[in-house]
Amino acid sequence: MPVSQETLDQIALTRAEYDMIVEKLEREPNTVELGLFGALWSEHCGYKHSRPLLRSFPTTGASVQVAAGQENAGVVDIGDGLSVVFKIESHNHPSAVEPYQGAATGVGGIIRDILAMGARPIALLNSLRFGPLSEPRNKFLFQGVVSGISGYGNCVGIPDVGGEIQFAPAYSGNPLVNAMCVGLLPQGALVRSRASTPGNTLMLVGSGTGRDGIHGASGLASRSFEEEREMRPTVQVGDPFLEKVLIEACLEAARSGHLEGMQDLGAAGLTSAAMESAQRSGSGVRIDVSRVPRREPGMSPYEVMLSESQERMLLIVKQGHEEEIRELFEKWDLRAVAIGTVTGDGVGRILDGDEPVAEVRIDTLVEAPTYRPPAQRPSYLARLHAAVPPTPPPDRIGGSLLKRLLASPNIASKRMVYRQYDHEVQTNTVVKPGQGDAAVLRLRGTKKGLAVAVDGNGRHVHLEPYAGGAMAVAEACRNVVCAGATPVAVTDCLNFGNPRKPEVYYQLQQAIEGMAAMCRALGIPVVSGNVSLYNESQGKAIYPTPIVGAVGVLQQAEQRLTAGFAAEGDVVLLLGAAALRGEDADLSGSEFLAHLHNQVIGRPSIDMEAEARLQRLVTGLAQDGLLRSAHDCSDGGLAVAIVECSMLGNVGFTAEASLSGRWDAALFGERPSRVVVSASPERAAEVLRRAHDAGVPALRLGVTGGANVRFPGLIDEPIASLVDAYDNGLERALNA
Amino acid sequence: MATITDNKARFGILVFPGTWSDGDCHSAVRDALGEDAAFVFHKETDLSRFDCVVLPGGFSYGDYLRPGAIARFSPVMQAVSRFAEQGGLVIGICNGFQILCESGLLPGALMRNNHLEFRCQQTYLRVEQAKAPFTSRAAAGQVLAIPISHGDGNYYADDATLARLEANGQILFRYATADGQVTPEANPNGSRGNIAGIVNERGNVLGMMPHPERAVEALVGGTDGLVIFRSIADAIRSRAAAPHH
Repeated sequence: MPVSQETLDQIALTRAEYDMIVEKLEREPNTVELGLFGALWSEHCGYKHSRPLLRSFPTTGASVQVAAGQENAGVVDIGDGLSVVFKIESHNHPSAVEPYQGAATGVGGIIRDILAMGARPIALLNSLRFGPLSEPRNKFLFQGVVSGISGYGNCVGIPDVGGEIQFAPAYSGNPLVNAMCVGLLPQGALVRSRASTPGNTLMLVGSGTGRDGIHGASGLASRSFEEEREMRPTVQVGDPFLEKVLIEACLEAARSGHLEGMQDLGAAGLTSAAMESAQRSGSGVRIDVSRVPRREPGMSPYEVMLSESQERMLLIVKQGHEEEIRELFEKWDLRAVAIGTVTGDGVGRILDGDEPVAEVRIDTLVEAPTYRPPAQRPSYLARLHAAVPPTPPPDRIGGSLLKRLLASPNIASKRMVYRQYDHEVQTNTVVKPGQGDAAVLRLRGTKKGLAVAVDGNGRHVHLEPYAGGAMAVAEACRNVVCAGATPVAVTDCLNFGNPRKPEVYYQLQQAIEGMAAMCRALGIPVVSGNVSLYNESQGKAIYPTPIVGAVGVLQQAEQRLTAGFAAEGDVVLLLGAAALRGEDADLSGSEFLAHLHNQVIGRPSIDMEAEARLQRLVTGLAQDGLLRSAHDCSDGGLAVAIVECSMLGNVGFTAEASLSGRWDAALFGERPSRVVVSASPERAAEVLRRAHDAGVPALRLGVTGGANVRFPGLIDEPIASLVDAYDNGLERALNA
Repeated sequence: MATITDNKARFGILVFPGTWSDGDCHSAVRDALGEDAAFVFHKETDLSRFDCVVLPGGFSYGDYLRPGAIARFSPVMQAVSRFAEQGGLVIGICNGFQILCESGLLPGALMRNNHLEFRCQQTYLRVEQAKAPFTSRAAAGQVLAIPISHGDGNYYADDATLARLEANGQILFRYATADGQVTPEANPNGSRGNIAGIVNERGNVLGMMPHPERAVEALVGGTDGLVIFRSIADAIRSRAAAPHH
């Protein structure tokens, strides 16, 4: 009997894909089998439109022990017998529907990704996008997401050390919630997500399986949706307490020697966990769904296999060690139930008791078709590139413009958010949120530190996808560089619209190419990632928004840098520019134009080799102890960067360098590849000399001191008045 | 009580399902303080081998029902009561404070923060009583920089209880400004009287919302928390040295 269009719509497969399945099976799939295909061939699990493009990313390097794609995340050796694993993942669609649980389960899911590798999760970060807070729905989403991250994250005992938030109309109705987790692995502790040895037992641990989240992967995460509220039953509900206990129990299991593999249950639940583990090993699995502990009676095999109930893990237990594992979990008051076995024939068999309900070759199931749809350069680009910024405002209002910019929710302090996150548990957080461009964690038992940051700027990618993609990688890495670290690897979350639209596909393709090129220029691999497509509401796509998570290593955690000026009388230098000359192009995609002129125009660009030289220089200067502070010039440009350094250090600044060209562009332009550093007067000359030797343009900007931030003739503001705008900007926007 | 045999005080760190400051307390005692620490699982019933028992922060049993409400029924809590009755030193931090109140080992209750949000931030604690066993290393009026991290730290007790706490000198810490002023602005959660930490009448059981274990190293969070841990270690040593103990 031919399958109905309604059924195909429910699992988001096309008629052509259905025909492909029939051809591979040489018969019609039954309902359960079709459900399995629907889940694994979803955009979310199958990466149908992105997989061919992702091959551009460099994934290997001297310190990469396991490359991206082989496991849940790549593994990077950081010396001293330690490795790090990290990954960023989106939970945009669930958060649009139910912000608290959507964000909470996003945090829970990324933790289990890291846990599945046997790593102790040591840090969480998140990157959020919302529409303007002037709209009540966006306020609701913002508050719900922040509460969800706080409610879940605080309970699991992993510090939430960093992140960033941006607001733009393009995200109205389609917020972005990207969560990143970093884990630490002692050498030899890696657990693979493998099920290779026939006879080994699949044990399901953690929560019971309920009807929540069915079709989450295929329905919610893999297409656009307008009727958001109708999708609410497909959002899962999280239990962070169970997650915390599961972390401890799974880490104990990982150390027990009884496991062959471990895999988290995320999108497409048991289906993807079991099938992907088997696929990685070329083996098969036999699962008896009647043995899966349920939360509610009457669930069909289809529902059990596709449930996305949270806080569950699949263990592949060495034959004969099932009882030890059961007892280990019992100690934590958790269930570990044998639900199946590994087989050697490459077939996934699902039974309900004795009755077979599905039988599919795993390679057929797991290898979703891939697409390279037509790409077309967006027609809006030419117009936005040609647009010229308005003439500079009179310079006498420099101070008031600066304060308006500082109060913009995109620039203002995010303290009201991060103070709701426990950023100190595990007592390793050396540089805390709000103190610098990256958080720094010390690594116990070594002198080393780990710097972590997430960043991305959808506006830049919207204006030039290739350059914007490159700039996202550059900025995330520059952030960890400004903490004094050497970047070792990145993870990425690609948030885009509907790839079947040629202009969106172009954005995706170009952004990935730009990101890949920047990674190569910096010499760092991509070790993990996630793709979230169909981010649209009312038919309009979000800004193309690649978010990059960067991890860097400091040889000495004590040498970490923060952004705040450290003392009066220090010399402030700008690395990456030889003069304070403002041009139209500097304002491309700037917060200045967006916030004060309501214009998103221009053509951002980046010189990748110059960026790489700058980053190497700053890391080197930091390692040699020549700097007292470092801060990336980013949103709001040089003036905002300087003010942030002054506010954090509670030390004023007076500019000595003279400005030329457009004063607004010189102060608020967002040309990339620039870092504001300070050094003691005795060392400033050496910093300039080293910059010269490294081929990095540099400029002596001024000196620290006093209680005001001064750019003579343009700005002369007491720090206290700047602090008022900056500290309260977000809260005022929320309460307006 | 245990007696010191190898010159190190022995701290038992309780672990309930959902506890997350256990590791932090353990390393604060072992690495920063230089004393001995061991984890004690919630199913255990014997604490006699320890000189001090620590109830760390976290979300024991998910804080379901109310923070600390389920933990009070776990087997180890009966042992904690006996341990305290025999004069043993008990310190409950954050969720540990909540459990001690729920168990009746300390008076009062910890309600939802008055602004209804979780708060993780630096706080400054004015030491109200500088005395053994928890604050002997401080001076009265001294300010300690020790962070909080909680959603339910709003201490409440009725007027009579508060008056008794005052009269007996049971209030050890109040939230204050960095220069020691006890003001409403310095109160992060709405606690009555800016109370951050109290002891029982006998003075051997301390409950406090701030996390001293997060302030024991210069690199991470400063060292003011060590004042409390060192005071405890001093008290244990002086007890061990006392002839009739």
